[in-house]
Amino acid sequence: MTQRAIEIILMRQLASYLAMPIMLFDPEGNLLFYNEPAETILGRRFDETGEIPLSEWYAMIDPTAEDGSPLPLETRPLVIALQTRQAAHRAFWMRMPDGSRRKVESTAFPLEGQGGRNLGAVAILMGVRSG
Amino acid sequence: MEVRGSDGTLLVLDAGTGIRRLGANLGPDAGRVDVLLTHLHMDHIQGLGFFRPLDQPGQEVHIWGPPSTTLDLQARLSRYLSPPLFPVRLRELLCRLTLHDVPLQGFEIGELKIVAALVCHPGPTVGYRITEGGVSIAYIPDHEPALGARRFPEQSDWTSGFDLAAGADLLIHDAQYSAAEYSQRVGWGHSALLHAVGFAAAAEVKRLVTFHHDPGHDDAALDRLIDEARSSVEASFEFIPGTEGARFDLGPRNHPSVDVPAASAARNHGRRGIM
Repeated sequence: MTQRAIEIILMRQLASYLAMPIMLFDPEGNLLFYNEPAETILGRRFDETGEIPLSEWYAMIDPTAEDGSPLPLETRPLVIALQTRQAAHRAFWMRMPDGSRRKVESTAFPLEGQGGRNLGAVAILMGVRSG
Repeated sequence: MEVRGSDGTLLVLDAGTGIRRLGANLGPDAGRVDVLLTHLHMDHIQGLGFFRPLDQPGQEVHIWGPPSTTLDLQARLSRYLSPPLFPVRLRELLCRLTLHDVPLQGFEIGELKIVAALVCHPGPTVGYRITEGGVSIAYIPDHEPALGARRFPEQSDWTSGFDLAAGADLLIHDAQYSAAEYSQRVGWGHSALLHAVGFAAAAEVKRLVTFHHDPGHDDAALDRLIDEARSSVEASFEFIPGTEGARFDLGPRNHPSVDVPAASAARNHGRRGIM
């Protein structure tokens, strides 16, 4: 298996020590890593799932607007970070492991490595609270 | 650290104090010299100003090293090779000097195929893998692959430096600390000896040469650390404490030879000078 970029390895190590839910995505949107706080939100352990494809990730959390309508792809912070290489932030609703829906806020930012390499993006979930 | 290809290609790995003697031993017909810097910490560049080929008119010298995110190699090296740190400026050197921001993919020098990759160490730092005819050397002298790892070694794809070292015939790797010392120096960019051993085992190298010994360790301390490591780990590879003057003949494959100075000679030369 090909070794990941050092910036990605270090980002994972940092995320594993932080107390907020952090997810690390590759340039194609595959979920490469999520830390323990994110595990409690997703109801899955990274050691058990490993990487998660973008389509499966969105199927898991089913992000919607407050009225329950699907969140357009181009308005999702992660998609903005991956496609436009700009940081983005917004609130939306997501499905929790027990089936309930909660309002969350997500900030996503692109990862640009040495030499301008596109390494993917980081998404942070904040203000997770009951709906 | 001097590497010679079968066609005579000369690579010099880093430019610490040992490069002065290497330069003094190169004759006027040395041909092209390529210096591969892993990073620009002082212990890896302080010998540059005393490397004779740089002062030889017409001598072709290439220096490769990592840029920072904002400065190229020339700008970074000029901070050292200029007053007040050094009386001679980079542009005043007499040789035919070419500086290269080292590419983070494969490149070739003579018959040698070289791969540089960023590794875990403070500031932009690369390790090198040098291959010729199916025989590979991995050189990662300053490396902390265990930094932040919940368990080490991690899976190979999440381990810094793994691709450089994987299956190498010779791995020259940072082994600066004892386990107790490392616990007090996490994040300083170096490895405990047992981390180097674990990394080498995970990468399934043929030989590990421990390197970048702590300047505070005398030969007795090094012998004790290495004996402890040997007794605690059943290594699947040859485990060679790095010593000044050690020579490794790696080609052709399956017929390598290792010429390591006897222990007493190593002590006489001292082990600290090989960084």
